[in-house]
Amino acid sequence: MISFLTEPLQYAFMVRGLLAAIFVGIVCAVVGTYVVLRGMAFFGDALSHAILPGIAVGYLVGGGARESLFWWALITAILTSIGIGAISRSTKIKEDTAIGIIFAGAFALGVALISTVRSYTVDLTHFLFGDILGARPADLWLTFIFGGVILITIFAFYKEFLVLSFDPILASTLRLPANLLDFLLIILIAVAIVVSLQTVGVALMVAMLVTPAATAYLLTRRLPVMMALGATIASVSGIIGLYLSFYLSIASGAAIVLTCTAFFFFVWSVQSIRQRFSSKKTVVPADQG
Amino acid sequence: MAFIEELRKTSHHWIREHYPHEPNTPILEAKNLSAQYETNIALEDISFDLDKGERLAVVGPNGAGKSTLFKIIAGVLQPTSGEVHIYGHEPSGHICIAYVPQRTNVDWNFPVTIADVVMMGRIGKLGLFRNPKASDWEMVNHTLEIVGLSQLAKRQIRQLSGGQQQRMFIARALAQEAELMLMDEPLTGLDTRSQEEIFRIMDQLRNQEVTILISMHDLRLASENFDLVMLLNHKIINMGTPDKVFQPKYLEAAYGSHLALFPTDQGEIAFEDTCCDKGEPYR
Repeated sequence: MISFLTEPLQYAFMVRGLLAAIFVGIVCAVVGTYVVLRGMAFFGDALSHAILPGIAVGYLVGGGARESLFWWALITAILTSIGIGAISRSTKIKEDTAIGIIFAGAFALGVALISTVRSYTVDLTHFLFGDILGARPADLWLTFIFGGVILITIFAFYKEFLVLSFDPILASTLRLPANLLDFLLIILIAVAIVVSLQTVGVALMVAMLVTPAATAYLLTRRLPVMMALGATIASVSGIIGLYLSFYLSIASGAAIVLTCTAFFFFVWSVQSIRQRFSSKKTVVPADQG
Repeated sequence: MAFIEELRKTSHHWIREHYPHEPNTPILEAKNLSAQYETNIALEDISFDLDKGERLAVVGPNGAGKSTLFKIIAGVLQPTSGEVHIYGHEPSGHICIAYVPQRTNVDWNFPVTIADVVMMGRIGKLGLFRNPKASDWEMVNHTLEIVGLSQLAKRQIRQLSGGQQQRMFIARALAQEAELMLMDEPLTGLDTRSQEEIFRIMDQLRNQEVTILISMHDLRLASENFDLVMLLNHKIINMGTPDKVFQPKYLEAAYGSHLALFPTDQGEIAFEDTCCDKGEPYR
């Protein structure tokens, strides 16, 4: 049994992969708490897909080298999030329509660019579905540094983000700079996506942002607990997913996402069953008027 | 750490300087306010004053522009033309204005407790990178006591009844140390007992000279509980004491065909047609 757990750890790439999965899980779940509470799942999905052309350009410019891809992805993510906001503000087009247009267009551009390279299928697969076991020490450092910056920023602006998410009108009457904070949150989501790019890839990214946070949302009634629980579920899913990937030879990103999804459905069904049984004796809080 | 201190100093009032309260000016002064969104005229040429401690009930049919008026006064929306002055300055520089939201506009599943929500009122005073101090929690506990929710402070907000939810937001406005409270239809959907409880709290606030604007539908409740009422339907139809304002000609001007007037022995009775109120449960 112990050798079952320790055997994968003989490989340095597995250790790096596990470290990356744990940390990415924590960062994504904390940021994802706001994505879930503010209904930004579609935005997150679109943003991660829209990064692809940036990666593609970096990939072509660097002649297939991976070193600079992180920075290309970061710049594209930030530009895209600004672009989506600008379109939905300046026309009568609704925000989700604007997101849809940018999302699909950018994604197509990315695929087109990458398809000009000969080894296109392998590389495209890595970008789309992640390549966590290919993480080099330098990648790990970038993940730690940028992930750390995200976490510190979320905690520094905790109470402001809370008010803005729960009651934007209150944020406005307290004269908080709502637009600035909204923009900051979008940038944080963008950076979180770039940080986790190597773990799950562009196509499965939204699951890291949404699924662990949504599972925690079912389990708690307090925001800090929701963040902590989400982070725990996500990192445990990362570990289990990587072991599954190692022993069953399935794609690592998919294995991590499937584990997160399994957690969600487990919690959801336990709660549904419990509610069905307790609905007959539901206790309504005493109405004191 | 010196860096953080510096950042805090420059950002303590965030980006905008908070305005002082000019002496000898009314707490609220609206001058020729008009608001037009796309092609709908929401408000037209609204002018009125309120002195500190006054309580005004704004009554009018659905879509009369009550919420729009409140949001403009709070500085959340900008009027198309005209001005609002709070203690002599525009609203956007004041943090003494509290907007108490309609209960239908709140996400009751949000993972916060009653105490968390009330603490949100303190954030304007706290400033960047500062956590609530013991004195802030004392303030929160004190305001929860005033509205009678101390026992429920640790509950998730979903577990409250409609009246309790409304009182929680009043507590938040008090924690904000609001001098002007804008309450958007706080009585809609509440039973008589809960409504009375809200009026009892409002009477308590009278001693602290909190100025209150409240929008409502029930003409009887408005005339029983307020010295000052406003009939609004895009324009101010009339404003003054209830017996002066709630007269057939003004009511008809405000409600048109939505109001039926019947002559009886005791005088005329007004029936408001509320068929089209938002009747959905507050969930």
